[in-house]
Amino acid sequence: MADRQTSGAAITFQNLGKSFDKKGSSQVMALEGVNLDVPAGTITGIIGRSGAGKSTLLRMVNGLEQPTSGTVTVAGHDVGRAGAAELRRIRRDVGMIFQHFNLLSSRTVYGNVALPLEIAGVPSAEIKRRVDDLIARVGLEALSRRYPAELSGGQKQRVGIARALATQPKVLLSDEATSALDPETTQTVLKLLADINRDLGLTILLITHEMAVVRDIASHVAVIDGGRIVEAGPTYDVFADPKHPTTRSFLTGITGITLPSFIAGRLQAERPQGPSQEVIRITFAGRHATDPMLARLTSELGIAVNILAGAIEEIGAHPFGNLLVSVEAERAAEARAYLERHELLTEVLGYVG
Amino acid sequence: MSANLINMLLEATLQTLYMVAVSGALGTLLGLPLGTYLAVSQRGELLSSPAVNKVLGLVVNATRSVPFIILVVAIIPFTRLVAGTSIGTTAAIVPLTIAAVPFIARLVENAIREVDSGLIEAARAMGATPLQIIRKVLIPEALPGIALGLTLAVVSLIGYSAMVGAVGGEGLGDLGIRYGYQRFMPEVMLAVVVILIVLVQLVQSLGEGLARFVDKRAPRNRGR
Repeated sequence: MADRQTSGAAITFQNLGKSFDKKGSSQVMALEGVNLDVPAGTITGIIGRSGAGKSTLLRMVNGLEQPTSGTVTVAGHDVGRAGAAELRRIRRDVGMIFQHFNLLSSRTVYGNVALPLEIAGVPSAEIKRRVDDLIARVGLEALSRRYPAELSGGQKQRVGIARALATQPKVLLSDEATSALDPETTQTVLKLLADINRDLGLTILLITHEMAVVRDIASHVAVIDGGRIVEAGPTYDVFADPKHPTTRSFLTGITGITLPSFIAGRLQAERPQGPSQEVIRITFAGRHATDPMLARLTSELGIAVNILAGAIEEIGAHPFGNLLVSVEAERAAEARAYLERHELLTEVLGYVG
Repeated sequence: MSANLINMLLEATLQTLYMVAVSGALGTLLGLPLGTYLAVSQRGELLSSPAVNKVLGLVVNATRSVPFIILVVAIIPFTRLVAGTSIGTTAAIVPLTIAAVPFIARLVENAIREVDSGLIEAARAMGATPLQIIRKVLIPEALPGIALGLTLAVVSLIGYSAMVGAVGGEGLGDLGIRYGYQRFMPEVMLAVVVILIVLVQLVQSLGEGLARFVDKRAPRNRGR
């Protein structure tokens, strides 16, 4: 997932705002002052909770929504100011996949993938050649004559991806494309997207509410909250050093590490009277990610550490660790201060008596 | 039953079929585009045009409010203008068609509004024009619903066609009234009713079969 910023930004949002008229006279600001460059050739993730404005932002890239202020530029075209015919041309350069696939139930796999080419007026011999290629690329050769109702969720999304690639777009928009899929299928679809990004040099802009999706395939990430981009940058930098509380809350728990049940059941939010242990989540990132920090904590400060759960994984090519530990509550503040000094992130999860 | 009566029944059946087939075909020809337009011209839809939609909706509702037998006699001058005569089987096709168009339009409109808006969005994202979306997405996706709607319309037309005896339209209903009722020949009445039941059953089964054939939404066609 090396950076491919050489050719500049594929999509640029400049001071973008969007408000909706609500019943009555009040207006709802969906997006405000959004500035973001999506580097060409990257997979960029926009993460936010539902209602944060990420879907509106994505839909402005292909003009499904019009900005109320600011501009969206895709491959040099100002989408907000494009006329109907120009907008249709831009849309052929921007593929899109959807959470609920949005396949035509009346068309076979082949027919669905052929649809954007029919719309673009491609001759039928050419359509046949391209559709067969696309279906092979997503590994559905055997299912080409099936109808969507006969396919699994993962297969439907593969059809969606083949269809989105049909007009050979430069940009692929993914609207929560894996949110309706189980974890295993999610992985195979994400892998397909990563392969496409690598093989075709396609810029992928995806929105999601799952940090795991960003971790797995996005080289760049933007965090959106309340209609504003609150943090953006290369994924590893954001993961290693999250600045905004929303980013931190998304990072909490994405590693899938949970407390063993015998501890989780006894966990309390307030520190109890008498001797107790404080349960802490430590996030290892940055230059101390691979240092033996806990051993140093014990040897330098004489604080004993119980390890409850943990894992080290990779984001891009960088290690990223997550550890759940408990320490004597009396000295916990001291231990956390020591770890924070060494650029590790800590978070108090609770206490056990 | 005499050979004469059987001939009359046969002839009346053919007249009914003729009236229903022609008015059904014309009704579909006009009702399909009208219904489609009613669906896509609503506020916020593909060809949003709320004012035109409202006017068309009013016209459709007005036509549907008039009881069929009154429609038949009320439009006699128009029928004469179109068909050259106001009496006979061919003339009866005019009021039947006029009743069928708004009915079919509403059924088509409902079927099209059932189409998942996500599909329209996907087609827009592909760069489709509104007309392409109608032809390649809305109508094919609404086809199972449209097929069932047309079935309902044809069954209703069979019923309506019994009333056009009032303007010399002939057909099964007319035969039943004139022979079965006015000349008190219960066997004719019975035969007419039986033939109508068989016709309606045939149309219903055919329509449902067609709807099933074009409906790919459920995986029941597997291994077809």
